[in-house]
Amino acid sequence: MRVTVVVIGAGQAGLAMSRHLAVAGLDHVVLERGEVASSWRTERWDSLRLLTPNWMCRLPGYQYEGPDHDGYQTAAETAGWLEAYACRTGAPVRTRVTVLQVRRTAGGFEVATDDGCYFAAAVVVAAGASSDARVPAVAAEMPRRINQVTAMRYRSPAQLDATGDVLVVGASASGIQIADELRRSGRCVTLAVGEHVRLPRTYRGRDIYCWLEAVGQLDERYDEVEDIERARRHASVQLVGTPTRMPLDLNALSAAGVCLVGRLMLVSGAVAQCSGALASLTANADLKQARLLQRIDDFVTEHGLLSEVPEPDRPAPTRLGSVPTEVDLERFTTVIWATGYRPSYPWLDRAAFDRRGRVAHDGGVSPVPGLYVLGLPFLRRRRSNLIAGVGDDAAELLPHLREYLRGAGSPRVERRSCRSVIEGAGEERVPDPMDHRIDGA
Amino acid sequence: MTTTDTPTVDNGVNIEALRGAREALTNHPEAATFQWRASCEWARGTHSRTMITDFFGLGAEHVHRQTYAVDADHPEVFASEDNGPTPPEIALAALASCLTAGVATVASNRGVQLHSVKATVTAGMDLQGILGIDGDVRNGFDQVTVTYDIDADASRADLEAILVQSQKRSAVFDIITNPTTVQVTLA
Repeated sequence: MRVTVVVIGAGQAGLAMSRHLAVAGLDHVVLERGEVASSWRTERWDSLRLLTPNWMCRLPGYQYEGPDHDGYQTAAETAGWLEAYACRTGAPVRTRVTVLQVRRTAGGFEVATDDGCYFAAAVVVAAGASSDARVPAVAAEMPRRINQVTAMRYRSPAQLDATGDVLVVGASASGIQIADELRRSGRCVTLAVGEHVRLPRTYRGRDIYCWLEAVGQLDERYDEVEDIERARRHASVQLVGTPTRMPLDLNALSAAGVCLVGRLMLVSGAVAQCSGALASLTANADLKQARLLQRIDDFVTEHGLLSEVPEPDRPAPTRLGSVPTEVDLERFTTVIWATGYRPSYPWLDRAAFDRRGRVAHDGGVSPVPGLYVLGLPFLRRRRSNLIAGVGDDAAELLPHLREYLRGAGSPRVERRSCRSVIEGAGEERVPDPMDHRIDGA
Repeated sequence: MTTTDTPTVDNGVNIEALRGAREALTNHPEAATFQWRASCEWARGTHSRTMITDFFGLGAEHVHRQTYAVDADHPEVFASEDNGPTPPEIALAALASCLTAGVATVASNRGVQLHSVKATVTAGMDLQGILGIDGDVRNGFDQVTVTYDIDADASRADLEAILVQSQKRSAVFDIITNPTTVQVTLA
């Protein structure tokens, strides 16, 4: 099948891109391996809600219309909300189509799938930033009797062995939420904490995202920050979206009885060795949080809002008791790896990756002409990985894509059988980009 | 903070050269592979002398301006001759000097003029570990504290941030806080 643009993935990014392509009158298809919003349906735990409030649920020509503007949609509600968007925009989604290989040819792209081959002038990869759980190499050293579950496969406390302690590795959004849920279910939980980003759920009476929007933090651009590579590797913020706007940080977890240890470094026999540097990481997270809250306070003062908002309510500094550097794994039955996610596009032309195996791009524009990526952290601005961020990114990629299409003219398509492409798909594997870094742990 | 609004300070750190090195090694990661070396010779009793002469890095062999000698021994309360600091004390010296070099570098990078920097290091140890009296007691330190006394043209919050960044970029802080695989063999 010939089409001008193939969009890969029907999550928020792919649907936002589709909407912009449709408005621009560009024919396209959206290929989706499962159903619309597949990851939200199948790769998230039961209790998960968005970190962003519902008033931030907005995509091009679409926004949250429910009654609870300040609430946080569940993963299932988010999937339904995206499904309704796909219906309303009439997005040309082809569900249950798995992409096997994307190859740049002289005339454009060959997209080999389990439903035949698509020939396109341009390809937009919107297959998600979290398609794979990142698991550190130390996982291989865990005692065999311990069950290992990634945050992507975790569903609820009931899924785990009923007895024994649980070690949660990673203290970003996933790790702290799962540790909290397990502790509330009565489990003994140890949380291994690496580098993390701390933020309060609310500050001076408003949701933190309200302030991040107001001060312009979410709009900082990728070509304006000092070190974009580092900014793109930042772990997700320590936040949870609950109906009560519950604060959740390391102090709250300690108070609830979760045992905090440093970053998991190695496992030797039945002993896990953890970093002794935790105090330095919590001090860093506290300092960075204080800097951001000061920016908010300055904004309040500068905009004459002092009479409208409550006094600053700074969260307490992180308190650490004695932090053990060794954990005896004998009493543990489960390890949960909440050590981050990464995009995994093994089907993508290897010219699209940098030497470290990461998708190369400049604000979503690949060095491979006609190839674009969307929905990755800090793609074009800090909000890029939020639902409220992909729409603007898609809008900015569109002019580049149209310019490319004008230059490419009517794409010439090699008339050869797609069979060879599909058969060769297994060989063209990109090097494993996993760097065995324990992200956030 | 960008380079343009960084005030000119002189802490004796060549920041331009360091920034240049960072950029060069980003583009040529193979040159970032270093090997540090030391050779230790037993003198008598618990006294030993470690000589430090050369190292490998930036794709080539390098020789220090001179050979440095580090004597180590045990104190007289251990019935030794106290010809030098104990090895754990040398580890504390390494930690403090590494963090202090970091303070100077980070401060310079952030445009902070330093006037004086003093670090006091203490470390607890239960000798029941190394003497094999109690198997549950480790040989090494149970806790290390480093206290900085800094006089500089900066706020307390800025100095705290400099200390945090110095820990984040310190080799010896990492060496001491995190496990490292060590192989000891007979040549």
